[in-house]
Amino acid sequence: MSDVQPASVDPAERFLHRMTPIQRIHSILHRYPALSPAVVLILAAVVLGAVNNRFFRPENLSLVAQQVAVVGGLAVGQTLIILTAGIDLSVGAVMVFTSIVMAGSAVNYGVPGPLALIIGLAVGTLAGGLNGLLVTRLRLPPFIVTLGTLNIFTALTLLYSGGQSIQGKDIPDILVWTGQAIDLGPFRLTTGVLLMLAMYVIGTYVLRNTAWGRHIYAVGDDREAARLAGIAVNRILMSAYLVAGFIFAITAWILIGRVGSASPNVASDANLDSITAVVIGGTSLFGGRGIIVGSLLGALIVGVFRNGLALAGVDVLFQTLVIGVLVIVAVATDQWIRRVRA
Amino acid sequence: MTVYEPTRGTASPDAQPSREPIIEARGLIKTFGSVVGLDGADFDLYPGEILAVIGDNGAGKSTLIKCLSGAMVADSGEIRIEGQPTVFRRPQDARAAGIETVYQSLALAPALDIASNIFLGREIRRQGPLGSIFRMLDHGEMRARAKQQLQDLGIGTLQTITQAVETLSGGQRQAVAVARAAAFGSKVIILDEPTAALGVRETGQVLRLIRDLRDRGLPVILISHNMPNVFEVADRIHIQRLGRRVAVVTPTSHTPSDAVAIMTGAMDVATARPGSGSGPAPAAGPATA
Repeated sequence: MSDVQPASVDPAERFLHRMTPIQRIHSILHRYPALSPAVVLILAAVVLGAVNNRFFRPENLSLVAQQVAVVGGLAVGQTLIILTAGIDLSVGAVMVFTSIVMAGSAVNYGVPGPLALIIGLAVGTLAGGLNGLLVTRLRLPPFIVTLGTLNIFTALTLLYSGGQSIQGKDIPDILVWTGQAIDLGPFRLTTGVLLMLAMYVIGTYVLRNTAWGRHIYAVGDDREAARLAGIAVNRILMSAYLVAGFIFAITAWILIGRVGSASPNVASDANLDSITAVVIGGTSLFGGRGIIVGSLLGALIVGVFRNGLALAGVDVLFQTLVIGVLVIVAVATDQWIRRVRA
Repeated sequence: MTVYEPTRGTASPDAQPSREPIIEARGLIKTFGSVVGLDGADFDLYPGEILAVIGDNGAGKSTLIKCLSGAMVADSGEIRIEGQPTVFRRPQDARAAGIETVYQSLALAPALDIASNIFLGREIRRQGPLGSIFRMLDHGEMRARAKQQLQDLGIGTLQTITQAVETLSGGQRQAVAVARAAAFGSKVIILDEPTAALGVRETGQVLRLIRDLRDRGLPVILISHNMPNVFEVADRIHIQRLGRRVAVVTPTSHTPSDAVAIMTGAMDVATARPGSGSGPAPAAGPATA
């Protein structure tokens, strides 16, 4: 696409635009942020599949998909927040709190299933709104705000549930609907997995094709520039936190289906796992760059590594170690990619 | 105060000298606590001219421009746009009135591409239900219009319209910011220190761009420290000192060293004579102040 004029007319221009092979790789990665996680995912799958041939069996791949449904769902909202140059440490706590509210209101207070679901979705959205309010009105750093709300929602969860799990047999069908199996050829997925994938499809559309999505990027990229360009920065931030809260509530629904019950003690790693997925997926922690599909790839990379290494008989500690190395490599790559030359 | 009415020089040949200013400000006062930014400043911008605003640091150039672009609200005083008293509370108000500002920081989102930046905050949606219900943006239309806009301004070194702004050189970024202003500025374009960060060749390109805008009928306000640039393109020069407009001169009536002398207070404006050569200017020479 040589739109305006070829840049090579002038020797000086040509000199300025000369490229070494490394720079070519750099500029390709700069343009396609999801490329490196895609390559990592494919390489990991090939290697782990070669080590143990059970890896590529449909039932194993289906298991990986079900295992990443919850973290993958949270990563949608987390991506939104990180794109605005924020971070949300409370995602897991908000999700667990919401799942307890959904199941608890139905089981303990006899609220009909659909209404309990709606109450849960509202509670999750409001929880995100609380984060947004503190970030935009009190101008506190998102890291601190969500560190606080992480503890608040963890405590509220325990208070509301009394530390007790809510058994699956008591929970209305609609709340465990997300655990229902769906057979696609040899693959066995759940409605929860499809719900998560739907969130990625919608998220991709919104971020790419609506003004709101472009403004999310602009606010995270350069807040002052966005303000001067006429974007209501606080309104965009607030809406991002509200939407993220709604996404965490949907993921709470997926969680109930996945676990088959609602427990205050599940998904304790979910906060950091969602950040891991987003970062491995190539979204910059500094905001403004990355694509949402990358986070799905990131969640899948973590899932594939854990599953494949377990199949290969590698100790669980080493799985965690490998994930840690991946995170650092991903952030280092991002630092390198963001260094652009004019 | 010596105020020279706009001279119809090399500028817009077809424009009839119109006596009504596009922007007229009287007695603007703006204080920041005990610091006085503007102390009864006046301002006039006429159709079809390039008006340079010069002044030493702290003279109130930026404050004046921010009041005219809606980034700040003056404590008192009056701003008239085409004769109508107007109050700008936010940058959007000024923009709605057709006044576009290119900030020194450029206000571009570096990771977004050229077309997205030009239409940032003013995106075009698809026709029909895709746009109205699904809020779908018309990327094709925005890219085509952005490309057209850049071509109209004769900016030929940009490779693709989908390039991220951060991969552009300083001059190219400036060009994108100017193109954005020109695309939407129907009445006035304000440029704040557009050449401060640029090399010699890029400065030349931006100055040519400024003349092009004027020749297309858009009056331009140019805030600059660079005297050679100011004297090269400006039709009139507004000199700001201690929060007021102390003089308006033209490149033909005064020399750069006169302007510097007035700006620094070394030359008394009342005794300044047009074309009197170098006054008792301490900062002699056409260098920047």
